[in-house]
Amino acid sequence: MRISKDRLLSIALISPSVVAIAIFVYLFIAWTIRASVSAWQGLLPDYTFVGFANFATLFRNPRFRIDMRNTAIFTLLFLGACLLIGLLLAVLLDRRPRGEGLFRNIYLFPMAISFVVTGVVWRWLLNPATSIQRLSGFNLLFHQAGLDFLISKWYTHPKWGIAAIVIPAAWQMSGFTMALYLAGLRSIPEPLREAARVDGASELQIYRYVVMPLLNPVTLSAVIILGHISLKIFDLVMAITQEGGQGYSADVPALNMWYTTFRALRFGQGAAIAVIILMTVAVLVVPYLIHTFRTEVEQ
Amino acid sequence: MKRRVARILLYLLLIAAAAFYLMPIYVLLVTGFKSFQEVNLATMWALPSGIYLDNFVAAFEKLAPNLSNSLSLTVAATILAAILGSLNGYVLSKWKFPGADFLFAALLFGMFIPYQSILIPLVRFMQMIGLYGKLWGLVLTHVIYGIPITTLIFRNYYAGIPTEVVEAAHIDGAGLLGIYRYVMLPLAIPSFVVVMIWQFTSIWNEFLFAVTLTSPRYWPVTVALQNLAGSQIVEWNVQMAGAFLAALPTLLVYVFLGRFFLRGLMAGALKG
Repeated sequence: MRISKDRLLSIALISPSVVAIAIFVYLFIAWTIRASVSAWQGLLPDYTFVGFANFATLFRNPRFRIDMRNTAIFTLLFLGACLLIGLLLAVLLDRRPRGEGLFRNIYLFPMAISFVVTGVVWRWLLNPATSIQRLSGFNLLFHQAGLDFLISKWYTHPKWGIAAIVIPAAWQMSGFTMALYLAGLRSIPEPLREAARVDGASELQIYRYVVMPLLNPVTLSAVIILGHISLKIFDLVMAITQEGGQGYSADVPALNMWYTTFRALRFGQGAAIAVIILMTVAVLVVPYLIHTFRTEVEQ
Repeated sequence: MKRRVARILLYLLLIAAAAFYLMPIYVLLVTGFKSFQEVNLATMWALPSGIYLDNFVAAFEKLAPNLSNSLSLTVAATILAAILGSLNGYVLSKWKFPGADFLFAALLFGMFIPYQSILIPLVRFMQMIGLYGKLWGLVLTHVIYGIPITTLIFRNYYAGIPTEVVEAAHIDGAGLLGIYRYVMLPLAIPSFVVVMIWQFTSIWNEFLFAVTLTSPRYWPVTVALQNLAGSQIVEWNVQMAGAFLAALPTLLVYVFLGRFFLRGLMAGALKG
């Protein structure tokens, strides 16, 4: 009798959360998908079915094409930078230098800061003004060091503006990648390396042939986590560029989605962008989740 | 000799990297501490002539209401999400019913979605229940989207507590709530710390929900800062000081409770 009462109580305890998630995640996603095939423009919802018209418009839209190109470039460079810097720093710290804890904390602290704060500071460091009287940030530093050829238009560069956003993004996330790799390195049993050493392997060879293959799972996790951030990046780009730079030089889908929906009030169009963002994230994350889940079940 | 060179190179690289990570903080601080007269883009990288608080005072005057909004928002949403997560985690690990694991996976899925995909219905929903533009709408949003991650952390923690402990308490006559109150809750204090630090940091720093759901009166500090930075009227030195004020609470948490922060980070890295 008592058990069944507790059983009911246990279900009553979690049902608010279950109902909330059912509505706020599952129903809302379905709702967004419905809106993406609707004619909804303006403040009042209009669910007139228009098929894939919103998607067709998007793929013809030059701005959205730039967004997709920018996302591809950003993801590649951002992943490359974070993995490279993260791995290098982790290997350096793995040598157990003096002050290891301090260095680790310095590399990791940007993780605790909001992308908005990062953006506000970096928009001054990456100030695109190139006329000598108005130089500031890196451009000023380059000028003062006599390296004027390095002066750049940063995020307003018509072709490579998006690449400038990678610098603050990697500043914020490479320390985190370092922490992932360092945890991976520390979990490799020392006897394994010792054995390779006895066999006459140099330190470099040990990293190349013993350590690196064992770090593959870490790299996979890092790729998923960083890719997840990069596909939906929004606040950093908004804080640096406000509306996507010069001629959408640094525009990304999430920023486009926000302005299209909440400024231009083209809700159907905005929902279509949201669905595309959801699908790209799903392509990245779902296989990984299934893989993780399977491994857990096997254990 | 070769070892020595390698060692020196190691430290040079480490210090160069540290300089890179600290550089924005350097600019933030030297700009913030300059007097109004000194502020000039051409001397952006130079040290201030003394310690002046003008910029911080000006930024604080502008951002004080928003800092207070952020504080109420963060404290309320953090506590509520932690309580819900601890209950869910308890039930889903120690009171499993048929389908509990499936339900857990279904809850967890909410963590991985990009929030763009629920933003439009969210706004409509908040308008319908009359919370659009208000701080409570944002609190509700953060509580609900915090459920997956808090449930995950608590469930994994409770799963590690031996079932015998629960059974022993059961035999002693404790029911579901009694076991939670007198056995699980005291044991789960470390998890509460991890969850609350994680929630505090991510809600304080959050921008997308905040900029979409709140009216200027209820803007948390991230939205107000972004607005400050976007305006042509506010000097950039005040913007920098404002950025520092907005970053300070989470930085302090990181400095003093970094250990716990890192644990939450590893669990919540994939959160939307």
